[in-house]
Amino acid sequence: MGSITLNKVSKSFGEAKVIPSIDLEIVDGEFVVFVGPSGCGKSTLLRLIAGLEDVSGGKIMIDGKDVTDNAPAQRGLAMVFQSYALYPHMSVRNNIAFPLKMAKVDKAAIDQKVTDAARVLNLTDYLERRPSQLSGGQRQRVAIGRAIVREPSAFLFDEPLSNLDAALRGTMRLEITQLHHQLKTTMVYVTHDQVEAMTMADKIVVLNRGNIEQVGSPLDLYSRPRNIFVAGFIGSPKMNLIEDDYARSKGAKTVGIRPEHFTLSRDSGLWSGTVKVAEHLGSDTFLHLDVDGIGHINARCDGEFGARHGDRIFLTPNETKLHRFNEQGLAI
Amino acid sequence: MATQNTRALARFMMAPSVILLLVWMIVPLSMTLWFSFQNYNLLNPGNVSFAGLFNYQYFYSDPAFFQSIWNTLVIVGGVLLITVIGGIGIALLLDQPIFGQGIVRILVISPFFVMPPVAALVWKNMIMHPSYGVFADISRLFGFRPVDWFAQYPLLSIVIIVAWQWLPFATLILLTALQSLDSEQKEAAEMDGASAFSRFIYLTLPHLARAITVVILIQTIFLLGVYAEILVTTNGGPGYASTNLAFLIYRTALLGYDVGGASAGGIIAVILANIVAIFLMRAVGKNLDR
Amino acid sequence: MARVVTRQHKVIATIAAWLVAFLIFFPILYTIITSLKTEPEAIAGFSLIPSGTFENYITVQTRNDYIRPFMNSVILAVGSTILALIIAIPAAWAMAFSPTKRTKDVLMWMLSTKMMPAVAVLVPIYLMFRDFGLLDTHIGLTVMLTLINLPIVVWMLYTYFREIPGEILEAARMDGAGLWQEIVYVLTPMAVPGIASTLLLNIILAWNESFWTIRLTTTTAAPLTAFIASFSSPQGLFWAKLSAASTMAIAPILILGWFSQKQLVRGLTFGAVK
Repeated sequence: MGSITLNKVSKSFGEAKVIPSIDLEIVDGEFVVFVGPSGCGKSTLLRLIAGLEDVSGGKIMIDGKDVTDNAPAQRGLAMVFQSYALYPHMSVRNNIAFPLKMAKVDKAAIDQKVTDAARVLNLTDYLERRPSQLSGGQRQRVAIGRAIVREPSAFLFDEPLSNLDAALRGTMRLEITQLHHQLKTTMVYVTHDQVEAMTMADKIVVLNRGNIEQVGSPLDLYSRPRNIFVAGFIGSPKMNLIEDDYARSKGAKTVGIRPEHFTLSRDSGLWSGTVKVAEHLGSDTFLHLDVDGIGHINARCDGEFGARHGDRIFLTPNETKLHRFNEQGLAI
Repeated sequence: MATQNTRALARFMMAPSVILLLVWMIVPLSMTLWFSFQNYNLLNPGNVSFAGLFNYQYFYSDPAFFQSIWNTLVIVGGVLLITVIGGIGIALLLDQPIFGQGIVRILVISPFFVMPPVAALVWKNMIMHPSYGVFADISRLFGFRPVDWFAQYPLLSIVIIVAWQWLPFATLILLTALQSLDSEQKEAAEMDGASAFSRFIYLTLPHLARAITVVILIQTIFLLGVYAEILVTTNGGPGYASTNLAFLIYRTALLGYDVGGASAGGIIAVILANIVAIFLMRAVGKNLDR
Repeated sequence: MARVVTRQHKVIATIAAWLVAFLIFFPILYTIITSLKTEPEAIAGFSLIPSGTFENYITVQTRNDYIRPFMNSVILAVGSTILALIIAIPAAWAMAFSPTKRTKDVLMWMLSTKMMPAVAVLVPIYLMFRDFGLLDTHIGLTVMLTLINLPIVVWMLYTYFREIPGEILEAARMDGAGLWQEIVYVLTPMAVPGIASTLLLNIILAWNESFWTIRLTTTTAAPLTAFIASFSSPQGLFWAKLSAASTMAIAPILILGWFSQKQLVRGLTFGAVK
């Protein structure tokens, strides 16, 4: 079991209020991602749940039990750190076994669990090595192994992939998602990378300046952002945000159009513009356009649309897919 | 949770070190200050009286005082010059790919581990001795008259000995700094068409600046107090030709039994050292803000 | 330009480096060689080939009782270092793991005590030692060496402890380690290398300290520094025996020093150069 409830949780460091007040419900078995720009309080929030920081106010409940004043180890959670935080003087085997040893599990059971975890994570051949002899991805797996063996009620991940290169990050993303399907344990995952959030999460929590901007499934956030911040943060390439006359004609302060919601044409359309840069990805082409009277626009078209630098292009926004925002930046 | 307790515990853990050093700094120093205003001679300990600034005047009017300050500066300056320039040269050499680098490093660093009395005696008897020293052998080989180093060039001799002791330190630190120079930077400069010489001036030297500062400042602390080398070789002579401030104070105190005079000299030494210390604190302090 | 280092370049650099290394090491080498000569050989002019006698070493022991100053050096260097470590470890620990705004000032102030010139406090220290009967005692000199090296020991330990990442301690706490288990299983094993290099470097510094050890001792507690310094006024010709005594005085610390070169740099520069 691993449901986590945050009730008016707040945190200040001296004068600085990092988290004003947050309410959040995490259901057992969910994969929840905290995402937001750096300094938004996402890591602090995770560390509050872990018990590595003390809350300034509010309550944290795990499985309905108030754990606000419990030490980290008593909360039944496991954490994977950004730097992996492996014990450099212990072998991989001892690293993974450490939490079990602390829990005074008997020797045979420890061996069994370590062997099982190593098999799941493809670490069997490396059990006697030191962390310094492993690659980044292997260290990451050891850190996960150390978390798994405790059979925690929830896993906490603090930007676990940010020290890996792009290719490995993709692989590990997949492995962690598979692990979640296999274990069906609650996972709380912190990242600043919206791609990781979109691809892994059951539920995304978008944070900004210590406040929750929106909570929802990836597609929810993508198609129904509650405000301009979420609209701009989720999705790549970014949503186009247009003010001025066009927005007013739609009865809004700002209008947002996703890059794929344009109809492009060589000869006619609502707007016209010049191609500044065309990025051909094969399946898709990203166009960076300078649109007359509007300014910079990102558009996405299929790979066969052979636009080049300097071409004149016509484009028409798909009016049914517009996002409209009012003066306060909230979706209308 | 436990931040209050942690703070208290941290203070408790620091207390022994802080208290010891506080006592160690305040008690002897204030005694020195007190003595410096007293007429106090160990040969006549019953007769202690207030002297006002007499000890300072006396020390100041002693011709040996200015000579000793000058000698102190010559030793510090001379040794720094030799060790920094020599250190850069040797470090650049050792940074090249060479056979047996490990052994070369060990040989070069060795003098640093030789205790000062041994270093001084070895140089005095084995190397610089006017009749049996290696330098004398070499002079005779070329038909020159051997130089009596400690009689003719006492200060230079001491500078050479002390420089030999500190050259390894400078070399090792500069070599360490040199090896941390990003090789891509060097390659970028090469691509930009910089010659080996301009690479050294514009890339290597600025990179070494911090290490050179550290070498200068740390050596200065130790060089201001050069003592055993003088004691063992020239004993400050001939006359006061190789007496530095530290040695003069020692002479006044334990050979002249003049507690008051030596204390006044001690206070002057503290002031000198503090001027240097201020600079060192700044340089090392910057390293703390990371 | 040649990316691949030419063999010629390497050979020239090697010759130059070995030549420089030989010149720098020469006084030590010549001392060792002379110690293996007879006294007449030692003053007979330049020669790198000794007759290979060990007589000088035996004479130094029988005539001057070499063992006593040697043991004194060991007692003083090791004793003062261990004492300094016992006092400094908690302090460095506290500063590295629960730093406050004043931690930096405290460290700086500690270092500043190291800059106080020894001669400035020679008189009061000498008088105090005399009045308390500490002159020429092990205990007096051990305390002295502990005090003068304490700032460096605190600093070195601090720079090592600071490198132990906080996340590892947090991981241990998440893994259910209590304070005691954290110290035994995680902190101590990670701190030991730093403590060991501090120990090594400080023994070297204490072994070679040549102001207080010479001024505050005469015979009973005199370490090798004072023993060797007493040879400065020569009684007759004694080159070979002096060399033997010198060789024995520097050999142990030379070997320790070779092992500690890497730590030496960061230790003596307080982490400013790594």
